[in-house]
Amino acid sequence: MHPAPSIILFTTISGLGLGLLAFLGIGMIEPTGLAAFLWFTLGYGLTLVGLASSAFHLGHPERALRAFTQWRTSWLSREAVLAAVAMLVLAPHAIGLIFFNRPLTGFGIIGGLLALQTVLATSMIYGQLRTVPRWNHWTTPTLFLISAITGGALLSGLPFLSQMLLAWLAVAMVLHWILGDSRFAASGSTLGSATGLGARGAVRQLEPPHTGTNYLLREMAYVVARRHVVPLRLIALLAACVLPSVLLWIAPFSLPAIAAAILLHILGMLTARWLFFAQAEHVVGLYYGVR
Amino acid sequence: MTALPASTPRKMGLVIDLDTCVGCHACVTACKGWNTENYGAPLSDTDAYGADPVGTFLNRVHSYEVTPAEGTPFTVHFPKSCLHCEDAPCVTVCPTGASYKRAEDGIVLVNEDHCIGCGLCAWACPYGARELDAVAGVMKKCTLCVDRIYNETLPEVDRLPACVRTCPAGARHFGDLADPGSAVSRLVAERGGMDLMPEQGTRPVNKYLPPRPRDALTATPAATPADPSTEGLGGFLGWIDRTLARF
Ligand code: SF4
Ligand code: SF4
Ligand code: SF4
Repeated sequence: MHPAPSIILFTTISGLGLGLLAFLGIGMIEPTGLAAFLWFTLGYGLTLVGLASSAFHLGHPERALRAFTQWRTSWLSREAVLAAVAMLVLAPHAIGLIFFNRPLTGFGIIGGLLALQTVLATSMIYGQLRTVPRWNHWTTPTLFLISAITGGALLSGLPFLSQMLLAWLAVAMVLHWILGDSRFAASGSTLGSATGLGARGAVRQLEPPHTGTNYLLREMAYVVARRHVVPLRLIALLAACVLPSVLLWIAPFSLPAIAAAILLHILGMLTARWLFFAQAEHVVGLYYGVR
Repeated sequence: MTALPASTPRKMGLVIDLDTCVGCHACVTACKGWNTENYGAPLSDTDAYGADPVGTFLNRVHSYEVTPAEGTPFTVHFPKSCLHCEDAPCVTVCPTGASYKRAEDGIVLVNEDHCIGCGLCAWACPYGARELDAVAGVMKKCTLCVDRIYNETLPEVDRLPACVRTCPAGARHFGDLADPGSAVSRLVAERGGMDLMPEQGTRPVNKYLPPRPRDALTATPAATPADPSTEGLGGFLGWIDRTLARF
């Protein structure tokens, strides 16, 4: 799949924001006054920036409100609805902490859980697609949820919890990669099944339907840089999980160390998200003799 | 709206004969023409006369080579457009309700005024039957020429999808696949019509008729023509032969 920068940014940034909002809501940290203002601004800010960058991906952003209507069937619609509701429900809790130094625990907990459900909905947009076997697996929602929770712990400045979650994130990432590598073969889709001609012999493309490229190939048959997969996986794993963990172990209570750990984590997550898209193969590529 | 109808009384669709298709691309051109001049946003081309032309098409013809375990390889031309699936994954993923499957005849359509151009439905389709138009920013797909098949202002012979009407080889058939007595259903039954990628669970309405088995050579080819020997040639020709041989 084409790794569109807007979607990579959206899923990474909004995941961090929603993770932080979940921590703030559930009461893992309970700042008050100015600190609460800064923390909630960061949480809301990241979530909103992420949502805005996803709108750049649309052909008609001015109609985006329509995306709130089909939550009965569509995970994309559920994501939009859940994000909006989570942010609304958390608002009284945030106002209570900022202006009255008092949490509104009920709103906080429900809002925090809704924030995590939003991340789940985002992951299911990809996880539900049978056409992309690598994504169509339980490792996709697991990876997205653990990423968001880990980001939330890091941004909340909780060094020990972060270290534990970073280890789980590393496990989730590696599982998604390793199990993902055999998903396409397991899906059973081949050029033979795609054309129905497989029973008659070995099928290969003789001529594509057009001399140039098209929307499908640009969007779904991204093959560039797959050969750099192994070094990129190592970079993602090091930057997103290992190095932040080491930094937090060396200096758990130093602000610069936490900031550096967060920055590295974000860079690593962007690399991992790039791989999430660039490595995913859509079955339509079979018709064009590419994967 | 993006919930699928439980069942549709009619299942209008195409039956494409892979045995007969000659790969002329006439159906591609007819489709592009009709759907650019009629319903919805035109199918745009960008850089049409430049070095890197790209365009939106709702029907494309691939060509494949099949090499059987025994016998000679053969070519199959393979037209592909929306299969109007019964369990259409492209419909249920749509966040706006722009994508829908009609309850009366099963045709899968996009309401272009509601489409936000998110592209998710194109990701959900295994067959590459949906293309986001680069100029209009909305999703385009085969409408089964819904503006022809019920159009009483057209002469009756033209109330067919443009691709079917134009196919010079008679490789494309249109009809109701829910009616077991229809011409298309009988064709599917007789010729063993197939689903594409059944493992994707989409239950396509359109069917493909497989290429018929090729004739095999039963006897060795006729003996090679006799050696052009002049041995024992008599009469006038013999005289010429002997005379010429002297030089
Ligand atoms: S062929 Fe693709 S676009 Fe058409 S109904 Fe099936 S899944 Fe949807
Ligand atoms: S591109 Fe349009 S039709 Fe397709 S899922 Fe998005 S809104 Fe629906
Ligand atoms: S017009 Fe008919 S013969 Fe020509 S490519 Fe299309 S289906 Fe095949």
